[in-house]
Formats: sequence, structure tokens, C-alpha cells
Amino acid sequence: MKKYSAFALVKEAFNNHLGWGRAWRHAQPKKRYKVIIVGAGGHGLATAYYLGKNFGIRDVAVIEKGWLGGGNTGRNTTIIRSNYLQEESAAIYEKSRSLYETLSQELNYNIMFSPRGVMMLCQTEHELRAMKRTYYANRLFGVQTEMVSPMRMKEMIPIINTDGPRYPILGGLWQPRGGTARHDAVAWGYARAISSWGADIIENCEVTGIVREASKVASIQTTKGSIDCEKLCFVVAGSSSLLAELAGFRLPLESVALQALVSEPIKPVMDCVVMANTVHGYMSQSDKGEMVIGGGADGCNNYSQRGSFQHIEETVRALIETFPIISRLRQLRQWGGIVDMTGDRSPIISKTPVENIFLNCGWGTGGFKAIPGSGWATAELVAHGNPGKLAAPFSLARFVEGRMIDESIAAAVAH
Amino acid sequence: MSTRISKAGRLLDRNKRLSFTFNGRNLFGFQGDTLASALLANDQVLVGRSFKYHRPRGFVSSGVDEPNALMSLGHGGNFEPNRSATTVELVDGIEAVSQNHLGSLDWDLGFINNFFAKIFPAGFYYKTFMKPRFAWKHLFEPIIRNAAGLGRAPSLPDEAAYDYFYAHVDILVIGAGMAGLLATYELAKSGLKVTLVEQKHYLGGYALSDDFEVDGVAVPKWLENIEKKLIDSDNVQIKKNFTAIGVHDHGYLIGCENLEVAEKMGRSSIRHRLWRLRTKQIVLATGAIERPLIFAGNDIPGVMLSSAALDFYKLYGVSPGDRTVVVTNNDSAYLTAINLYNAGLSVPVVIDVREESSGDLFESLRSMGIRIEYGKGIASVLGKKRVKAVELCSLTGEGSVQETIECDSVIMSGGWSSAVHLWSHCGGRLIWNDQLDTFLPDASKSPIDENGEDFIAVVGAASGSFWPSEVVQNVKQIVQKIQKKFKTSKVKSSSISIQEIKYGDSNSKYFTPEGASEKLKSKCFVDFQNDVKLSDLRLATQEGYESVEHLKRYTTLGMATDQGKLSNINGLKYLADFLGREINEVGTTTFRPPYTPISLGSIAGEARKGLFKPVRKTTLHLWHEANGASWEPVGDWRRPYAYLKKNETIEQAVSREVTNTRNALGILDASTLGKIIVSGPDAANFLDLMYTNMISTLQVGRCRYGLMCNENGFLFDDGVVVRLAEETFLCHTTTGGADRVYSWMEEWHQTEWWNKRVFIQNVTEQFTQITIAGPKSRLLLEELGGLDVSRVSLKPLDYLEGELAKIKARVFRISFSGELSFEIAVPSQFGLEFWEKCLETGSQFGISPYGTEALHVMRAEKGFIMIGDETDGTVIPQDLNLGWAVSKKKKDFIGKRAQERIFMNDPNRKTLVGLSLQNSSEKIPDGASVIIGGVDQANDNVIGHVTSTYFSPTLDKPIAMALLKDGKNLLGRSIEIPVDSEKILKAIVSEPKFYDAEGNRQND
Repeated sequence: MKKYSAFALVKEAFNNHLGWGRAWRHAQPKKRYKVIIVGAGGHGLATAYYLGKNFGIRDVAVIEKGWLGGGNTGRNTTIIRSNYLQEESAAIYEKSRSLYETLSQELNYNIMFSPRGVMMLCQTEHELRAMKRTYYANRLFGVQTEMVSPMRMKEMIPIINTDGPRYPILGGLWQPRGGTARHDAVAWGYARAISSWGADIIENCEVTGIVREASKVASIQTTKGSIDCEKLCFVVAGSSSLLAELAGFRLPLESVALQALVSEPIKPVMDCVVMANTVHGYMSQSDKGEMVIGGGADGCNNYSQRGSFQHIEETVRALIETFPIISRLRQLRQWGGIVDMTGDRSPIISKTPVENIFLNCGWGTGGFKAIPGSGWATAELVAHGNPGKLAAPFSLARFVEGRMIDESIAAAVAH
Repeated sequence: MSTRISKAGRLLDRNKRLSFTFNGRNLFGFQGDTLASALLANDQVLVGRSFKYHRPRGFVSSGVDEPNALMSLGHGGNFEPNRSATTVELVDGIEAVSQNHLGSLDWDLGFINNFFAKIFPAGFYYKTFMKPRFAWKHLFEPIIRNAAGLGRAPSLPDEAAYDYFYAHVDILVIGAGMAGLLATYELAKSGLKVTLVEQKHYLGGYALSDDFEVDGVAVPKWLENIEKKLIDSDNVQIKKNFTAIGVHDHGYLIGCENLEVAEKMGRSSIRHRLWRLRTKQIVLATGAIERPLIFAGNDIPGVMLSSAALDFYKLYGVSPGDRTVVVTNNDSAYLTAINLYNAGLSVPVVIDVREESSGDLFESLRSMGIRIEYGKGIASVLGKKRVKAVELCSLTGEGSVQETIECDSVIMSGGWSSAVHLWSHCGGRLIWNDQLDTFLPDASKSPIDENGEDFIAVVGAASGSFWPSEVVQNVKQIVQKIQKKFKTSKVKSSSISIQEIKYGDSNSKYFTPEGASEKLKSKCFVDFQNDVKLSDLRLATQEGYESVEHLKRYTTLGMATDQGKLSNINGLKYLADFLGREINEVGTTTFRPPYTPISLGSIAGEARKGLFKPVRKTTLHLWHEANGASWEPVGDWRRPYAYLKKNETIEQAVSREVTNTRNALGILDASTLGKIIVSGPDAANFLDLMYTNMISTLQVGRCRYGLMCNENGFLFDDGVVVRLAEETFLCHTTTGGADRVYSWMEEWHQTEWWNKRVFIQNVTEQFTQITIAGPKSRLLLEELGGLDVSRVSLKPLDYLEGELAKIKARVFRISFSGELSFEIAVPSQFGLEFWEKCLETGSQFGISPYGTEALHVMRAEKGFIMIGDETDGTVIPQDLNLGWAVSKKKKDFIGKRAQERIFMNDPNRKTLVGLSLQNSSEKIPDGASVIIGGVDQANDNVIGHVTSTYFSPTLDKPIAMALLKDGKNLLGRSIEIPVDSEKILKAIVSEPKFYDAEGNRQND
């Protein structure tokens, strides 16, 4: 694998860049792998990466029914934060955020992690109290956040309207080391790393069946033939329920469409991420200059990757109230992704009723920020057969036992 | 140079001169011009700078696909960046400014990027800027961000107004070219209600610039005749400046009507109007979009599409230049060449990548003596800010120059792409047609409506019918099909005779020369705005980004403001070539709304400022306002937080209100509390399922405090349930929860327990509800007169109906303050009258209104919980010592099964306790974490958090409630509350009841 650097770029410039090799190999399935990961999105690729890095397991295939990174990894609004209220969530999201800090250097692929800060607005007394509670919890759990006054917020974000007629801004929870990263690059960077050490990434390969022997999986059937495996891990977000059905168990998940949109690019006007939970919308500006906008998920279950106009409308209304200058910008693109929601809106990283099948899903509307931490925790689970400290609270058993990890008070809005 | 030509310009009214400015320069145009045509007429060929390399750019197209000519218009609250000049109708006084340059448009310092282009190929940023780590955020990214973006952001809020229209139409025809006009005409004849929408400010589409004849007249005249007939037709509505933005499921279409011109002329107060149309049938007549050819220097100002040049000439009388070289893979550029030649302009050569051509246009060119070079291409266009010459080369070679031909403009045609976007918005599939060199709608996989039937028909060029006679045939078939669907009487189609111009076959070549060297490829632009070159596509595919989505994302191909209208197909062709596959196998990226960008303002419509989530107001709202209310938003309402008297702080007011209520008499507007009537033979039984308590045993005339949990067993709302009659219940909810609870009940009724005979009505706004609290409250009610409210007749949790002060009222004896208290509901229209009577009559008892904060202080003193404070989605009633309200006898209720799970009975669960500070008057911070045994690294000592905290005027000390692990066993213990890194408060755990624990006062 050719190392990426400024020096290499200049050198290649003299060669018309003909010397760059493939970022990841175009692999065909082998007969057998130690671990097969289904789903080449961020979480699946990160799982493969940490399996190799932390546990030396490199006889791994990551299979993908479409194109690598084509699910929610390539459809989100790229927000990274860890200011979660519950201890279990804060732990895994903060692990993830801290891995993001050095991921570009580690992967030798610039994923453009930019800790530009995340501001969560408080627009009711109740929300203010909830954010304060998060702030106090964050402080004890080592997540750096602070409460910000409306005046200071206005200095930090000049285009914000702090005294809107409907919901004046009473304060904000600021996470200075939150931010954004280039979503596609995260998937590409992990793919390049694992491919270089021999893991196979097999795109356009759909799982059509799962062959069990007694209580274990022996092999999977795919559109590219049958592949044997010792361990199998599903990391397929919105399609988790479908795969689980093939494997013979059911999941406490609902799949719904979540949409996002961007404006045409403009010169820099807002440096951080702003999330407005009361009015329901969030916005940041990409490096390209587009205002990246997200809001709520649809109320009905579906798999169609396109959502209702109603949510676009509600989100845009909310954000024009918060940032009046955006009214004259134009919407350039909109898209939808299928998010897998659990009953408590927290993820599942767990063993399953089938002995050697493992599961990573349920990230709902907020999975992008969790990619490295989730991969880290899932790799540990797959390698040892049992969850480590990060993954343990997110077991399937929690639904049976009632150990819900509910963040709804801290994140009423999609993230 | 580009200039105005007197004998053309169909759309112009040359008697009306309009003035405008570009970069401060005063220029003139005519009524009917677009900003683009007017600029071009003034020889303004350089109009913008590209996104990445800041290369000089001119007009490429004449329509919505324009990637280069983006400008900022207006100023202040009317400033708008990124407007494509080709879509701006010229009006007097437009102020346009070019964008994305450091320094002037002519001398852009950003052009320095162009010299480093070799080091900055597609995706270069993924390979560098990684060290040192902090430099990305603090050095590289800021530079990139400042260089990126197009126009600057508006600095002031938008001054314009926007609105929505809703409409139902039988048939919506989108696009008013020849096909759309004809389809509308034929459909209207059969009596159907047809709406025809067109994105431009004129009808006719590309046919308006064409030269064939229909029914013996030139096509523009024929189009004009049809337009007249349609205007006279009662069942036809025509909308110009109307863009169909997106097609959603079941015939739901979003369209944006651009009223900017009308707004500027003072004829409309609305700038953009968003239409939401429900249609039974959509007819897509969206035409086709011409593709550029790819060759080195194809982005230099002066290179434009042949269709654009023809439009500029025919519609606006503007020449692309004096000497125009034509390069094409099909005959449509011939038409432009012939027209320019006939206008007296020079066409030194037509370069045709085909081996040969035939047809009428070819014959015309030959008879005019225009030089045609077959099998040739352009090696390179020379010039920097304007085309100077082209270098002719053999198509098959590497681009060695055979001849340099001087010219000041180049027109190109790389074939036509059917505009199929709207077809695929809603799931319609596309199929590549090799012969026509375009994607076409796949009729076997069409979008379907709610009945599973097709609801989109496609006519004209959008369906692959490029020739006029085909259009006529194609429209005839579609019209018959639609007539059948709508079961209209059969009306014979008009017979139309076309004198058609015969075109030769096109081919599918898209770049020249075929063996272009790497150096040439790095000047061959595929996506103009985003500066994506052939060499970038090569690099991306070489690096394995060979899924169409990867290619797009890695190179940013097709992600500019034109959304790939010009570039996508050429990119796909490259990818198919590279992979050695058919285009159909390579696939296309998904088309999504919007078809063209629409203003965010139009999406928001009127819902802004005061109309954004309009404030709900109780009947007493104005009274509160007039009496010093300090407002707090609660749900959609505003409630008085406290009533401020002169020179009083909020804290003082709250303290006064609490003390007055506890000692004398307080009055509260509780109208915002949700009121839901549940009635019917199964009402009691249904409510048993909704609430954790047993509701069915409640006697008529009695009240009961009820709890609602979700399926996971967690408490989400509470309120008093009253049995008004045997089969009628009144359920009170929290203010914020009213709508949620109402929907919740409806959802369960409609989806799970639909067989229960229950009616649910939300009557929240039908009643004004007033709380009278305090030791003198009974005296007031007695004084108001009309009802026996004595201790014997109206016991705690009793309910009475009758007249109070001659106003029909319901009186509930319930208390949320801990005082003797009555809640009185009167019909809303009598709300203010009753409230004022209470105040007037109560003045002798020292009555005073109190707000939500006093209410909260008093409920906290009593240890009553507040939804949202003591609950957070993880709390079950048992945690709050409310186990008594959870029925053990009922077979089922929502949340019962969930509450039986292991963890719900874990002794380690957090339970509600009270906290008091030792020797301190300091308020315990809201939401603070509670620890025991000091802060430790592992956080094992965190045992819970503060849920509510107040200063109690009654007890003259701070009080708080908290949810603590194993709270019951901590009573009397000391715990710590870390406030900041130094300060730790110490508090004592108690029962969460600080005042009148026995309830003697409220039960008096």
C-alpha cells in the first residue's frame, strides 16, 4: 500500500498520478473465513479493522450487498459528539470520539475529523434543566462540556437568532471537542487499511441464506456462492431485522426513514454544529460550504430510503427561525436513509440466540459518531465471544431484563 | 464578440429598454431578456469562476442546467447568492455581482489554485493535511473552507414573503414544449381538467427555436396558436415560472412557482409559492437536456452548448461570437450552425466526431459551403478568458494538432439526455437506450399510485420521441390511454401534418480525441462547476472508486448546483468504458427532489416568526399580559411564570405568590392542562388499559389521580381522571402531554383495541380551568354561591357540577399545592368573566394570582412529582413511591408486562428522595449528580441526580428532590453534590415530603 502524504502527492503530480493503486482490493470470496462480517458500512469495516488491530484476527471477509459505505455511513449529517447523559452511552460515544481524534493519522487517510464544537440549544426551562443534568453527568464521566449563555452563544455563532419570537434561546450545552468528519472517507479509510493486511471486502454480494448446524452457523449463502465461517457478525443497520429472520430470530427493531438535506454552497458563515431539539432541527456547514441540515425521522416504518416532504418542511421551518439568513439559500439535495430504532433508542452490540452470530445494530439516528467505538467494542465481542465493558450494557438481554439506556431526555432530536 | 442581432429575438420587446448592473457596470437589455442573454448581448462572456481552481467561466447553457453563470443578486434583506443568470428574467434595476473570486472577476487571485491543479487532483485532500494533527482544524481546513463555497451568505434576514397553495387536479402536464402543449390540448378536448406547468417564463420549449413546419406554418407560430386555444379553454390552467420539484408517493407533487418578477413589479406580495398538488395523472413532457462534449479547454468562456447558442440567437437575438466553431456528435448542432451562418456570422468549420452524416441539415450545410470535418475532434481550445482558437485533431489519435482555427466561440453537442428525473423520484426505473444514447423511463417499472396503478405517463423527448412526427404519434397514444383511464367519451385526435427536417444518426462518442494524453485529460472538464476533469475520473477508477456512487463522491462529479444535469451521463459513459460494461450495468445515481434548487423560504412558507408554531393562548392570556405575567413556554402554550409587581424581582414575586397562597388565597390559570373525554360502553374498560390504576371502580362524581406508562413500563404522563357519568370520563393530562396522550389513546384504540366501543375527544380548549387554592378557598366558593361546597358535600377527590356565580361550572376538589384547593372548569366563553368574578369576590380574602413557578415550589414542598422533572423516560411509578397507583389486580394495562422484568424490581434502582442542605441557604443546582464517598476516578460513587430544586419560602430553606440508587436505605444519610471542580455541597437525604406530610391542609 502506497503511503499517502503531501510529498507523495507532489511526486505523483510529475507522473500524472498514474502510480496510485486501488484504495482497497476487489476481492472474490474464498471458501472459508474465520470471521465474516455482513455489511461494509462504517461499523462493519471498523469492526474488521479492530479485529485485526487489537486481536490479530485478519482472516476476515466483509461482504456488502451494494457498494461500500452506501448505507447510513454515506447518508448522515457527519456529526460527532459524546455529550450523552447516561453513563453507558457516554462511555462508548466518548471512546469513539477520542478514536476519531487520531483516526486520520492511524489510517493514513484524511477523514477530516474537525473538532469544531457542537452546540445544543436550550429553548425551554425544561430543556435547560435537562442539559444541566447532562453537563453535570458529563463532567463526572470525563466528557468535556460546558453550559453557555445566550450572549456568549451569539458571539460564537453570529447568525443565530437567540431571541426568536417563539422559543428564545436560554442557553446551550457546548462540547468543544465534538464536530464533524468526512463520512465517506471514514469507510474508505478503514477499507483501505483492512484490505492492505489481507481482509477481503466483497461488494455486490448479498446474503441469501444462513446455514445452521445445530446451534451454530456453518456457512452463509450469498449471490456469490456459499462461504463457510467460524463466526458471523451482522452489521447492517436498517436491514438487521431481515438478516435476523434468515438466521431464525427476531429483533426489537423498527426501521424508519430519516432524511437530510443540503443547501447550495456559500462562503463560511458558521463554524460549529448546532442542534435545536425543541424546534427539531440541526445544522452545520460542510467544508464545501453547503449548509447540512437534518431533522426528525418519519413516523411510519419503511425500507424505501425516501421520506415524506412533511419532515423536510418542519425541519426547514425550525432552522429558518433559528438562523433567519438561510431563508434565501436554496435546497440543493435531499436524501433519506433507513435507520434501525430500538425501544430505548440505544444500540445493540450483542450475542444472539445463535451461538456464533454476533450483532451490531440499532444505532438509529446517531450511528456515524459511534463508528470507531462501536467497531472497537464489536471486535472485542466477536474475538472473545463475550462483550467487554463498553458493549456489555448494550446486550439484547437488556430488553428482556428492562435495563433500558434511554437518552430521550438528552436527545429528543435525531443526531 | 457576442452582440445583439436585429433580425432575431422572438421573446424581446425592443421598445422596452431595461437597465441593470453587473459588477457595478451599467448595462442595458430588453423586456423579455434573461439576465444571461442581456449580459451576453453586452459581450460579457466571462461571468464567473469555478469552484476549485477558480478558472474563468462563461455561459454553457441557456436554462436550469447552467453550471457556471452563478451570481449574487440584490442586497441587504433581498440579497441572494448563487442565482443562475440563465433563469433570471430581466427586470429593471437588477444588481448582479459575480462570485467566488479573490479580487476582481478578471483578475482573481484564487486562480493560483489552477497552477497547482496537478497536485490537487480529485480527492487529494484524503491523502494529505494529516500532520501535524492540529493543523487540519487550525490551518488547512480554514484555508479550504474559505476557498470553497460560492456566493457569500446573506447578512440580513429575508425580507420576502412565501406561501403555500394546495390544489387537486385531474391531470398535471409538466413541461410546455411541443409535446406538453399538444398533450394538454388533446386532453382538454375530452373535457378533463388539466393543469400545464412550465419552468420557464414562456411556452414552447426548444421547439420555439426550431425550424420545422406544422400544418403549413412555422413551428413557433403553430405553438402560439395552441397556446391561444388553451388560454381560451375553461378546463385548462397554465402556470409559467412553475417548476415541478419532486414527485412523492401516490400522486403528491411539490411545485415551486417563481413570482419574483411579479413581486419586483409590485404585482405580488409573495416571492415564491410552493404548490402541493394531488393529481390522479401526471404527464411528463419534460424534454431533454443537451450534453457537452468533452475536450481540452471545453470550459473556456465562449464554449457553449449548441442548444444554448440557438436559444440565445433565436429567442433573444444574441450571437455567441463572430466566428463560431461547431463540434458535435449529432445533427442538432448543424441546426445552430445553419442559423448562425444565415445570420451573417462566420462558421469556419463544423467538426464532427462521426464518420459521416446524412439528412436535410447536412445537405443545407453542404449547399452553404460550410466546411465539415468528419472523424475529427478538438485537441484543445486556446484562450484564457475567451476562446481564441481551436486545435483540430484526428479523433482517433492522441491529439496531435492538424490545424489551428481561429474563432471566438465554440458550440458543442454531445447528444441529448431525456429529462427523466421526476419519473424516478418516486421509484420509476430507468433503462439505457443505446440507439438514442439516453436513459429512458422503463414503462414496465413505473411509479404506482395508491391503487397500484401507473400514474405517470411520459411524452415527447422525455420518453425518447425526439422527432416532431414521433411526438404527435406518442402524444396520441398517451392521450387515448388517459382517456380510457378517466372513462371520458372518445374525442378524435387532431390530425397534424409535420414537415419534418430529417436528421442523420448520432453516435455516442463523448470525448475527443480518443487517445487523449494525460496532459489533455487534465484540461477536459466533465463537471464544470466542481472542476471535475477526465483525469479525475481516470484517477478515481484507477484507485478503485468504480461504483457510480463512489466515483461521484470521490470526485464530486454531479454534486454541483446543477446536480449533474450536464455531467452525469458523460461520467457514466466514462465509467462504463473503464469497466468494459454496458451503461445499464453501471447504473445511475438516484435522482431525488428537488429537480432544481428551491429556496428554503419557500419550503417554510408562511410559518415564520409569529406563525412558526403559533402560540396557543388561553382565554385569560390577555389578562395575564396586562397584569405583569413573566412568560414561560410550556408545550405550545405560554404560561405566566410569575406575576411581577413594580420593583419586584422574579424570586420575590414567586416567594410572595407561594406565601399568599399558603396563608390566604391563590388563583391559577390551569386551562392548559389537557382535557380528554373518553366515553362509550367500553370507556371504563379501555381506561383500565391506558392507566396503571384501576379506573373502572371509580364512582360517578369522584376523581382519581392516574398514571400512564408506555410499553416499556416507564411513566410518561399523569393527571386526574374524573367519572362524569357511568360511561363518560374526563382525563386530565399534563400541559405538554395533552396532544401526545390524545394521539396515544387514539393509536391504541385504532390499532390494538379497535373493537372497544369508545369515543375519544380532546376538549382542552373548550374549558377554562381555574385553580382556587389556599385556606380561604372554600370561603370564596361559598361567596360566589350556587353550589354546596361544604366539607360534607364536597370531600377530597369529589366532583360537583352546577352553577357557580351563575356560571355553569364543574368543580373538582383536587390539590397540587397541598392546600385546600378546588379546580373549576367553566365553558371557555365564560372563562374571563369567571376569573374576574373570583378576583373581585376574593379580594376580601386577599386573593392573588400565582404562576407556574409558585405552583412548582408548592408541589415540591409537598413532594408531588412533575412529569419531565422526576421522570426522564427511565423511571417507573414504583421509583417515585407511586407503587400504590399501579394496580396489582388488573389483568393487563400498558406497561404491566414490562414492569415485571427483572431490572424493574432491582433493589439498586434509583428511587425518589428529598434532599436538604445543612446550614446553607444556597440552592442545590438543577440536574447535579449526587455522589457518596467523594469523587473517584471510576465514577462508582455516583448514585443519582437532582430532579427538582427550589428555594422554599414556606420553610425558608432550599429543598430538592433526587433519584438515588437504593434511596430508601439512605434516609438520614449525608451525600455530596459536586458543583464544580472545587465546590462540593453536602446534603441530608430525607423523605421527599417537606410540608404537611399528613395532608391535613388539603383534606380540611
